[in-house]
Amino acid sequence: MSSEGERSETSDRAGSDATRENGGGGGERVSAGDGKFGRYGGQYVPEALMPAIEELTDAYERYVLNNEDGFVDEFRRRLRDFGGRPTPLQRADRLSERYDTEVYLKREDLLHGGAHKLNNALGQVLLAKYMGKERIIAETGAGQHGTATAMAAAHLGMPCEVYMGERDINRQRPNVFRMKINGSEVTPVTTGRGTLKEAISETMRDWATNVEDTHYVIGSVVGPHPFPQMVRDFQAVISEEAREQVIDQTGGLPDSVVACAGGGSNTMGAFHNFVGDDGVDLLAVEAGGSSLAVDEETGVAPNSASLSTGSEGVLHGARTKLLQDHDGQIVESHSVSSGLDYAGVGPELAHLVDEDRVTPVNVADDAAIEGFHRLSQEEGIIPALETAHAFGYLHEHHDEVGDVTIVNVSGRGDKDLDTAIEETAQRDIPNAPDMSMFEGGLR
Amino acid sequence: MTGHRSSEAIAAAFADGPAFVPYLAVGDPDYESSQAYVEALAAGGADVIELGLPFSEPIAEGPTIQNAVVRALEAGMTPTRFFEFVADLDVDVPLVCMTYYNLIYQYGDEQGPRPFVERAAEVGISGFVVPDLPAEEAGPLREACDEFGLDLVSIVAPTTGAERLKKLVDVSSGYLYVQARLGVTGASSSVSDQTGESLARLADVDLPKAVGFGISSGEQAATVVEAGADGVIVGSALVDIVAEGHANDEPTEAVADRLETKARELKQGALEGYGRRTPAPEGTSD
Ligand SMILES: Cc1ncc(COP(=O)(O)O)c(C=O)c1O
Repeated sequence: MSSEGERSETSDRAGSDATRENGGGGGERVSAGDGKFGRYGGQYVPEALMPAIEELTDAYERYVLNNEDGFVDEFRRRLRDFGGRPTPLQRADRLSERYDTEVYLKREDLLHGGAHKLNNALGQVLLAKYMGKERIIAETGAGQHGTATAMAAAHLGMPCEVYMGERDINRQRPNVFRMKINGSEVTPVTTGRGTLKEAISETMRDWATNVEDTHYVIGSVVGPHPFPQMVRDFQAVISEEAREQVIDQTGGLPDSVVACAGGGSNTMGAFHNFVGDDGVDLLAVEAGGSSLAVDEETGVAPNSASLSTGSEGVLHGARTKLLQDHDGQIVESHSVSSGLDYAGVGPELAHLVDEDRVTPVNVADDAAIEGFHRLSQEEGIIPALETAHAFGYLHEHHDEVGDVTIVNVSGRGDKDLDTAIEETAQRDIPNAPDMSMFEGGLR
Repeated sequence: MTGHRSSEAIAAAFADGPAFVPYLAVGDPDYESSQAYVEALAAGGADVIELGLPFSEPIAEGPTIQNAVVRALEAGMTPTRFFEFVADLDVDVPLVCMTYYNLIYQYGDEQGPRPFVERAAEVGISGFVVPDLPAEEAGPLREACDEFGLDLVSIVAPTTGAERLKKLVDVSSGYLYVQARLGVTGASSSVSDQTGESLARLADVDLPKAVGFGISSGEQAATVVEAGADGVIVGSALVDIVAEGHANDEPTEAVADRLETKARELKQGALEGYGRRTPAPEGTSD
């Protein structure tokens, strides 16, 4: 792919909400726009951060949208050489037979680090370098984003600190080790329930303190503008490849694309280049947890289904759909998968749902665990528990996804083995293997 | 330099001498004690009181205030209770509501800030500080404040440059909350030397400047006022007293007494700092 081609594709990708300006004599320049997706988006952050956000918006516009100094070319090259792109679009033979529909898997689990998260982490750490920043901070839920950021930071020689909820540290030990081994500091967050929501708040506090030399690598299509749009652009490589690959392999577009949604970065990445294809159904699978109801008494939503059940509000820098109580207090979410365990969702997804372009669906913890075992047994791919939600959905609704469907395999499940075994043992999962030999201690 | 009229109550509070502006999280550790604590601050010489309405994700607060927010939420504080609290208060000092935008936005039947502002005006609130609402997003709240005659106090950070400052001043009234250092709220042992610089940059702005973030003693209050501040904002150092009293199970009156004493120290410090100021050249001081 020539750099010219890359440049114009980058511009096209941003085309839906970025605007073109006629630069004085130098051809069209793409601008970052105002970061509003319909009623959603915006920049709800402390004033101390606003100059950094303006600086970031400017850098996003120059380097990412307009390929200044060859940023996009370097990003693409590193995604290929360090990251292992392109990832395959693989036909899932047994699932296709089982469901009597053509199932294609977009294998983001094969990306370096084992999840789609590297696309964004590499893009942002590289951008921070172009901006002359000296320190990287990030938050992480499942640890995948933290791991990807730690890897990108090590790769590009930047010091990195990752905030992670205490509860998630316990659920995701392998990723904690991976971050540390890559030279990052991992700082436990003990406030609230000790999950992703608290880790994001804590990282914003660090950023507000060290904003002058620090870049906050946000982990999903959430936060203040330009993050939701910029992270989407970095992740859009998923659907850029998948669209070409599916046309190549099947001669046409798919009937549907299915992706799990926590903050929604693999979701937006998998959807973006299909948004203009009206015939392609876009299905965002949220964590239904153990129930879709919110317990107003305890302030807990035993789910993370903010697109399906949330209401409009402002959290972590953006107006979006949220799990909140009647007063606007954010409620605690729940999912068996740390990476989906978040009370908010990206503003662009919220908007696409309002526009009926994306259909929000959800899958309970139990069905996700079934999906985890099924994909492992039938295709030899152990998915992340986040990803397993997409397969839980496919199982329950395979007659609704059309003749050709792409499921985004957002990540691999190595990090989740302990959790999967524990959670399986607590339930009656019909397709689970006999795990009794593990009783009484896995470690 | 500001297009919005300040409410009379707040303008009066800054009219003569330096203002002492304490902050407490409302409902910490419970409704009744919290009322006694706010009243103690008034008795100790507060000129304006910032009442924190607890939000579950206080991203601009350090650990001290975060913990206070958790205590208050666990004790059942809600926006509805907050308004009752304010209506019940027996103080003769202008009150500013400090909270995060989502609570303002969700209040009432329609989404948007108007019902919250209307209710705040009814119970006697004079203005707002909303740490997650930069000038870019302040329009709707500013409009509602104008409708009901309330102030919108903006935070000016050390990172705020000249262009942003203009934007901020355009939506502000009452006073400017000058953040003494980068970071989140929290008491510290020394006052940042960024303060003098920040005040110098604000010299032309026709609004009182109250400095906050990190002030914890009368001496620090004096330093800040001597450097030109029109007021000092003190939160964490007072919340620490509440937290300590709660941790040691002290009676409310004992904690209230200590708050009042601390308030006197801070107010006294502010006055001393004012006295130490070298007389400003004609026309540059208020
Ligand atoms: C493998 C995997 N998939 C999905 C997610 C959810 O994030 P997002 O919705 O932003 O893709 C995570 C988050 O950690 C993850 O690790």
